[in-house]
Amino acid sequence: MKPFTYSRAASVEDAVAAASSGGRFIAGGTNLLDLMKLQIETPSHLIDVNHLELDRIERTPEGGLRIGAMVRNTALAAHPDVRRDYAVLSRALLAGASGQLRNKATTAGNLLQRTRCPYFYDTRMPCNKRKPGSGCGALKGGSRSLAIVGTSDACIAQHPSDMAVAMRVLDAAVDTVAADGTRRSIPIADFHLLPGDTPHIENQLKPGELITSVTLPNPLGGTHVYRKVRDRSSYAFALVSVAAVFDGQGGSRFAFGGIAPKPWRVAAADAAAAAGAGAVAQAALADARPTAQNAFKQQLVASTLTSLFRQKEARP
Amino acid sequence: MKFDTPATTNPIDRGRVVGVAHDRIDGPAKVTGTAPYAYERHDAAPQAAYGWIVGSAIAKGKIDAMDLRAAQSAPGVLAIVTHQTAGPLGKGARNTAHLLGGPIIEHYDQAVALVIADSFENARDAARLLRIDYSPEKGRYDLAAERGHATVPKEGFGGPADTAAGNFEAGFAKAAVKVDQSYTTPDQSHAMMEPHATTAAWDGDSLTLWTSNQMVAWAVEDMAATLKIPKDKIRIVTPYIGGGFGGKLFLRADALLAALGARAAGRPVKVALARPQIPNNTTHRAATIQRIRIGADRDGIIGAIGHEVWSGDLPGGGPEVAAQQTRLLYRGTDRLTAHRLAELDLPEANAMRAPGEAVGLLALEIAMDELAEATGVDPVELRIRNDVQYDPEAGPQRPFSSRKFVECLRQGAERFGWERRVPQPGQVRDGRWLVGMGMAAAFRNNLVAKSGARVGIDGRGHVVVETDMTDIGTGSYTILAQTAAEMLGVPIEAVTVRLGDSLFPKSAGSGGQFGANSATAGLYAACVALREKLAAKAGFPANQTVFEDGLVRLGNQSQPIGALAGEEGMWAEDRIEFGKLTQDYAQATFGAHFCEVGVDVDTAEVRVRRMGGAFAAGRILNPKSARSQVIGAMTMGVGAALMEELHVDKRFGFFVNHDMAEYLVPVHADIPEQDVLFLDELDDKSSPMKAKGVGELGICGAGAAVANAIYNATGIRLRDYPLTIDKLLAQREGSALA
Ligand SMILES: Cc1cc2nc3c(=O)[nH]c(=O)nc-3n(C[C@H](O)[C@H](O)[C@H](O)COP(=O)(O)OP(=O)(O)OC[C@H]3O[C@@H](n4cnc5c(N)ncnc54)[C@H](O)[C@@H]3O)c2cc1C
Ligand code: SF4
Repeated sequence: MKPFTYSRAASVEDAVAAASSGGRFIAGGTNLLDLMKLQIETPSHLIDVNHLELDRIERTPEGGLRIGAMVRNTALAAHPDVRRDYAVLSRALLAGASGQLRNKATTAGNLLQRTRCPYFYDTRMPCNKRKPGSGCGALKGGSRSLAIVGTSDACIAQHPSDMAVAMRVLDAAVDTVAADGTRRSIPIADFHLLPGDTPHIENQLKPGELITSVTLPNPLGGTHVYRKVRDRSSYAFALVSVAAVFDGQGGSRFAFGGIAPKPWRVAAADAAAAAGAGAVAQAALADARPTAQNAFKQQLVASTLTSLFRQKEARP
Repeated sequence: MKFDTPATTNPIDRGRVVGVAHDRIDGPAKVTGTAPYAYERHDAAPQAAYGWIVGSAIAKGKIDAMDLRAAQSAPGVLAIVTHQTAGPLGKGARNTAHLLGGPIIEHYDQAVALVIADSFENARDAARLLRIDYSPEKGRYDLAAERGHATVPKEGFGGPADTAAGNFEAGFAKAAVKVDQSYTTPDQSHAMMEPHATTAAWDGDSLTLWTSNQMVAWAVEDMAATLKIPKDKIRIVTPYIGGGFGGKLFLRADALLAALGARAAGRPVKVALARPQIPNNTTHRAATIQRIRIGADRDGIIGAIGHEVWSGDLPGGGPEVAAQQTRLLYRGTDRLTAHRLAELDLPEANAMRAPGEAVGLLALEIAMDELAEATGVDPVELRIRNDVQYDPEAGPQRPFSSRKFVECLRQGAERFGWERRVPQPGQVRDGRWLVGMGMAAAFRNNLVAKSGARVGIDGRGHVVVETDMTDIGTGSYTILAQTAAEMLGVPIEAVTVRLGDSLFPKSAGSGGQFGANSATAGLYAACVALREKLAAKAGFPANQTVFEDGLVRLGNQSQPIGALAGEEGMWAEDRIEFGKLTQDYAQATFGAHFCEVGVDVDTAEVRVRRMGGAFAAGRILNPKSARSQVIGAMTMGVGAALMEELHVDKRFGFFVNHDMAEYLVPVHADIPEQDVLFLDELDDKSSPMKAKGVGELGICGAGAAVANAIYNATGIRLRDYPLTIDKLLAQREGSALA
């Protein structure tokens, strides 16, 4: 860990002002601190945003739900409105990490957590995401857990979040404020970026831009399912995960985790629901470019969808 | 005490304390955080500076240049140790690669420097400022590719590389039913809770190491050889060990570099490996390729059995002796076992969690399941039919000291409800789950090793036991206290046990499941000596004196034991040495594992639903800690079956998934109800305790029971561990998976 200075922001204005002269926000710290210890991230200044009043969950006038950026994953998963109206989100959160981590992890931090690619974590290895231009260690190496779609020759890292997959299926928006006070609302579809030639740039945020909340549109109703498949029963990142909402009138939506550099959603896959799990998988993975080690994920996406369709049928 | 004739009735047979379930006597210290571990010896070595190990960035080659300047002038840095500054170093007999590398690099993450600073953070930061230029060389990292170059390893742990009896090829050729298959097991990491850690301090030319090590005497010897100083200048203190699993059998880089660091810094230094350093810096279990051939008649009676094993290690290393159990487990006149060793430039391979049998049975017991299917004989019955009461390579003149294998199979099957298994795969469904049952034999050699202890008693009747034996979470403290209490007729609360200090008598140490039986037998010998002294003091003939209820008694005469010991107290020391009973008798522990799994019909996720086992391992000294050992080992079996694997990067020559987010071991949610039955057994040829090892027995075969249950659930026979979703999906065609 490189020496760094630390300040505690008292307000949103305070936080963005502090960030305008460089520095990184720290929320739960469950990802950032690990990366700092390994010197994968080396901020010289940390701005603690835990004490901003961004820890509320409230209904929007339109009937949606605004989730403060500092709401802990545990609190979000347990919130009665979330459990009732956005059950897929609650289920996704509970499928992630462990109880202790969820008590600490925040909404904003979870969205911004970085990949679990093992080469990213070993600073002696080539990695374009960690060190642009150094090459990709994983592409021809250990890639079993990595992405199969949305990748580039520069990087095949997966986005590891469960929460973000549910937010993607719900069409959430990420609300931010920049140093100059400008506020924006970024659709989650656009929030994360594909790697292309610049895998080190992972999202739309400008330097110093703070996430204040995530807003969910009005409840969709229907049946909400989150299915996460991994190598052990708990406390592991997804090989494949699927968030699905079946509206009861034949409309369905699917978002996928573990297979892409961002929460993955393809309009054609939603449209293919009537044709069954295989068709949904095919549409979702139309442009897949797996490695020999992770090609099984294509089949696993289809199997997981089959399982999820079955689960839905079994419900009243 | 020399143990070379079978034990007769002795005070342990009273079974008042030994053999009774007892809580760990070290439990309260551990759960209250007052048990001092190696990295926390502020009490013993205050003001210790912090060392951070820098590991090699290449797997093979050499260091051309090291530029330490930036690191040296970084805040708080006290000293830097490298091969250039360390002075001449030797190498311990039990280390394959050098613990401090450079200029030659032998494996990835081999230690090449230690940066010592006034704080942990400063040391770690400064370590990043080292500039090291390497010249990498091409290495060999692929066992399958090197298999053709494998050679016959020299005889070592596990006996000769090859054994044979009868004529295997001829016997196999003429068998009516044949199984001939290859199996693989991957490289694995110990993944113990406490990392390798040491605090070191010099006093003049004397070195004290507070460390985490399973084998005190080995650590002293290998440290002396490495530092080229006399053994009596080295003291090892390791009273508490947060797990070892074989990863702490040997002197490792933390200990050597803490010693060198303390010398360089002129003050105590402590060093712990960071979790991501452990898989590549320390030892691991080597991957294996195994070919098994079994020839049987139509009733499943084995005539020919052959087991060949290939593994790899650094030059000078040793093989994974995975064919060990095949020498002793099943009948058959035509036999062959062989181990071949390829040179690889991966990190050092060595013992882990029941080396040999743990991975040997993963393969052999699938092969037996395949034989059961080929002959149509029930898997339990097949093993019963192939039981043999003597060493099948040596013949009837070498019987087993005790072998309740058949009883384990029968009783284990009954408790588990094995008769409810549907032999044809893929027939049982419970919602989304395909359900299957599998079983496997458990077998582990019973090793014994000479072991010493001393025991003292004071005027109040309080007993102290001292031995360099270690407790790696296994329960050594408690069984030693039980042994002393039983032998001297005092309550267990009156016994204090002190372990893990090289100032104490040399013991067997913890490894190869020889620790419990050997160390308690060594204490037994010391207690016999103390009883003789006490009896003599009382004027009683030793062989007629009874020690019970705090009294030393002859007929109706008695004296309180403390009063006899007197104000100055009384001590005795002895050790147990094992004679030729281990040659005259085959000695092993036995059991049977049963497992029920569910396999998701769509996604192929595997969930273990139930496990059960029956075990015969001599006297069970403490049924509570023995059960803990066995269920822990069964859990490791699940890990080996379903998830544990170090992924090899064959270009860079290292284990990629080197932290616990990526190297998966079972979590609570993976482990269901585990039922353990210990059979009543006393083995009078094993030791005066009539006990045998038990800790490792539980892992041996457990993973194969999982594999066989998966086959029964799905009809998919996987032979390459771990049995992950991708491998099941690849064979879904024609299986019971949807
Ligand atoms: C062992 C382990 C297992 C895990 N398993 C899972 C799993 O199965 N599924 C899963 O989804 N996740 C998993 N996680 C990841 C976990 O969910 C994330 O670490 C956590 O959500 C990050 O949140 P945080 O608040 O701690 O973020 P921090 O570490 O504090 O921050 C993360 C990033 O977000 C930035 N940031 C924080 N707040 C803001 C803000 N308001 N505006 C702008 N930037 C901000 C920080 O600067 C930093 O770059 C696991 C983590 C660990 C350590
Ligand atoms: S996949 Fe991405 S994160 Fe992984 S090594 Fe390649 S560039 Fe780095």
